[in-house]
Amino acid sequence: MRIYDAGKIITGLLIFLALVTLPFWFNAVSGKSSHVPDPQIAPDTPRCVRDKDYMKANHMDLLNKWRNQVVRRGERKFMTADGRQFDMSFSRTCLKCHANQQKFCAQCHDYAAVKLYCWDCHVEPGTIKKGSSWR
Amino acid sequence: MVTDRRGFLKLAGLTAMTAILGKFTGNAARALAAPLRRASGTESGPEALAGQGLSDKAPKNAKRLAMVVDLEKCRKKAQCRDCIIACHQEHNVPQMTDPKDEVKWIWKEEFSHVFHEQEHEFLQENYRHTPVPLLCNHCEKPACVKVCPTKATWKRESDGIVMMDWHRCIGCRYCMAACPYGSRSFNWRDPRPFIKNLNQEFPTRTRGVVEKCTFCERRLAQGKQPACVQACKAKALIFGDLNDPQSDARKALGAKYSLRRKPGLGTGPKVYYLL
Repeated sequence: MRIYDAGKIITGLLIFLALVTLPFWFNAVSGKSSHVPDPQIAPDTPRCVRDKDYMKANHMDLLNKWRNQVVRRGERKFMTADGRQFDMSFSRTCLKCHANQQKFCAQCHDYAAVKLYCWDCHVEPGTIKKGSSWR
Repeated sequence: MVTDRRGFLKLAGLTAMTAILGKFTGNAARALAAPLRRASGTESGPEALAGQGLSDKAPKNAKRLAMVVDLEKCRKKAQCRDCIIACHQEHNVPQMTDPKDEVKWIWKEEFSHVFHEQEHEFLQENYRHTPVPLLCNHCEKPACVKVCPTKATWKRESDGIVMMDWHRCIGCRYCMAACPYGSRSFNWRDPRPFIKNLNQEFPTRTRGVVEKCTFCERRLAQGKQPACVQACKAKALIFGDLNDPQSDARKALGAKYSLRRKPGLGTGPKVYYLL
């Protein structure tokens, strides 16, 4: 078997392969793929209302539940498993420790490309945002 | 099929019995299930809707929070805006530049406009131009609650406050059409740039959301008085529980003649104006 214009075709194929796999090369060279989100909370804070693993996976459920309990049912006290009591307030409890949106929330949310709309209404801790991202 | 008289009567009797029995057991089942549903806190179905303030059933020790405005005291400082400033600062209410976009929780209007049914050509001059503070009336039978398609607004059974959940509001503005007092404002544009001093501990709203006075339910939960009441140096705003005969509000109502806005509509407004 013989390929006409073998040199051109094989070079073309190689260029095509290189272009298609570019994202992989690019990440390998730039080292960005090894970036791991590093959420930071304020120093010297009390232990969270639930453990880290639970919060990592389920913080959105907890926030939803708290919101419904406070806003819709007027229940404002939360008792942790080890008997500590917290005021169920996003602005006055959660954000006191998770005090920097960029250093905490955005770390994972940017990484996973999950867009937040909390800050359209709730005041972003530490910063005053002008204008919202609302459609 | 041939039916003789005896067969027909038997069938008719059986049908009637089933119907009666079915109605009875159906009611009983519903009555049994109701407390369970309440305990589990599910918020669906017509029963839950009734619990959201469309019914008059309220817990035994429920309050009926109300505002009493002493116009005589308020009138002495006609230019005063302390209550408005305090409220709007507390709740991040934007100061819109275009009056068409105005957002307000508490505001003032001339007596002859507020009580136009009471106005006549011989009304005392000082009353005609008395500025009257206006806010959400937290009605006994709120029209806004009935029309809200998402239950973003509801009457709280424990104290009668007409609440809002801005997370749920879809901005349909039915409530604004329903409210006979104009107590609700719509965010036609993003309010953030129009808030001068942001209160970090209170959310703002976004474009497309309706807002109104909440009788400062957040402050009440902390044991404080509403912001407007605290800010009023003339002590013209009196806040209290109508169910408690010893409350300041009831005492004030007992001492002077009072008016409410558009009482004929049957909404049962709970903002009273002392003359």
